[in-house]
Amino acid sequence: MSDAMTKTDAPQDETKRDFIFIATGAVAAAGAASLAWPLIAQMGKAADTLAAGSIEIDLSRIDEGQQVKMLWRGKPVFVRHRTPAEIAEAESTNLADCPDPAEDSSRLIPKADGSVDPRFLVMIGVCTHFGCIPLGEAGDFNGWYCPCHGSHYDTSGRVRKGPAPKNMEIPNYTYISDTVIKVG
Amino acid sequence: MSGHPSTYEPKYAAEKWLDQRLPIIRMGADFMTFPSPRNLNYWWTFGGILTLCLMTQILSGIILAMHYVPNVDMAFESVQRIKRDVPFGWMLQPLHAVGASMFFLAVYMHMFRALYYGSYKAPRELLWIIGCLIYLIMMATAFLGYTLPWGQMSFWGATVITGFFGAVPFVGETLQQWLLGGYAVNNATLNRFFALHYLLPFVIAALVGLHVWALHHVGQNNPIGVTPKTKSDTLSFHPFYTIKDAFALVVFLLIFAFFLFYLPDSLGHADNYIEANALQTPAHIVPEWYFLPFYAILRAVPDKLLGILLMIGAIVVLFILPWLDSSKVRSMRFRPVAKWFFLIFLVFCFLLGWCGAETPDNYVFKLGDVGLTFYRLSQISTIYYFAYFLIILPILGLVEKPLIRPESITKSVLGSKAHVPAAAE
Repeated sequence: MSDAMTKTDAPQDETKRDFIFIATGAVAAAGAASLAWPLIAQMGKAADTLAAGSIEIDLSRIDEGQQVKMLWRGKPVFVRHRTPAEIAEAESTNLADCPDPAEDSSRLIPKADGSVDPRFLVMIGVCTHFGCIPLGEAGDFNGWYCPCHGSHYDTSGRVRKGPAPKNMEIPNYTYISDTVIKVG
Repeated sequence: MSGHPSTYEPKYAAEKWLDQRLPIIRMGADFMTFPSPRNLNYWWTFGGILTLCLMTQILSGIILAMHYVPNVDMAFESVQRIKRDVPFGWMLQPLHAVGASMFFLAVYMHMFRALYYGSYKAPRELLWIIGCLIYLIMMATAFLGYTLPWGQMSFWGATVITGFFGAVPFVGETLQQWLLGGYAVNNATLNRFFALHYLLPFVIAALVGLHVWALHHVGQNNPIGVTPKTKSDTLSFHPFYTIKDAFALVVFLLIFAFFLFYLPDSLGHADNYIEANALQTPAHIVPEWYFLPFYAILRAVPDKLLGILLMIGAIVVLFILPWLDSSKVRSMRFRPVAKWFFLIFLVFCFLLGWCGAETPDNYVFKLGDVGLTFYRLSQISTIYYFAYFLIILPILGLVEKPLIRPESITKSVLGSKAHVPAAAE
């Protein structure tokens, strides 16, 4: 405080100084945050990764009891042509036995005409525990078995036993003809 | 840096000139004359050993980075090229890989020392916490580095570990994909892991600086945990402990050299000689040996999130240990009951490591129809691990009757001769 300042001026000045101080700080903080955002966001998926297109799978080339594995967005997609016994097993499962209950039909995407083909099960072949790839035709439920931490999946790709919390994910796919699907 | 009166006297004009402007020689001289408890045993030599480990890793790492290519198409091949074609690469690459194992071996010895002798207790809480932080960053660095050779274990290890972040409620998947820079482990992941693997050792080096600073502020703990009181309780760091450290270092280097030259692959996994394949998971995923106990804790519960929380908890509990242990007595030499609980703790740590290496459904032993699976053993061990920190140590300090401690370090070393005037100094 300078001696020239009157007593009534002093508190006003301090308020003004506080305001300037806070305002400057706020601008600096906003500036720092807006600079930090690009530094954080750069680590996300790049445009070319996002653009990683879709894949088409010809179902007619998969025989009954056979499974194909295709790489989509860095992850394997399982397409299994299920046997009648496997379908029956999947449909007759008591949902009370499933940690993540889902009807078998809810795990199949219908064709353009609204019908579902229960023969073809299309899933992202990644264990929902820590992302390992389960082995086919294995485990206690004749479906898949994850070798990493011992999760068992049934013939509908539903988790039945082990540490995995969810069923294997169903990717977004559409039937572009009667026998060809497009994933993604 | 040192908390004792400086005895350094600059001799030459140049030294004096420097001392008035930047007393860096004084700092080094004070470091070398730091009064250390006269009764330190070989368990106190791991600080020096660990310093050498860090320097070895940084030096060999910088050399490897000159030949390594962080690209999914070339990473695996470039590491094999280092091993086969680069001059002395056959030695330099295993030096780094075996060096990581040796680093962890030494850090575990160092930590068990601190646990047994109560080196985490007042006034060394912060010293201990900085140490825990170093250990945590060491684990991150080791994990990132293990991804770089881009073998099957590298790839699937990275997939499983980054999967932990996917277990975070609500934002898990977003967080995980942000860390990976894609939908799965990919080229962007490898690139950033390389960048961070290069960065973190220097963060460790900075933390080591703080660790040593804190150590020199509070002084070393010692095997009887009695604070030095007189000059006769301590010895100058040099030459007494530089020699002791040097001898221990030579013994340690013999073990290091044995693995480096005779069994360079024994501490790794054969599957890492297969190039990463996004379409196939190895039949039996195991981490490096130094992570096995935590891996066993992760698998001890059949729930994903709980498993991760327990595993993180196993490390968090170390950070708060200074406030969990209620006993004022530092050294377990004078804690007749705690000593046994500590030994059991040690056994369970090894059992956890064993469980981590085995398939959970296998049997440890089987008598007829009944047996003990590794899954069950890992649960028992996990319970003891947490009980030791959260129940045993807090309660024991209140009920245990400690043995009588010597009045001073000098007394404990010299016994009845201690009354001789400190002229012997």
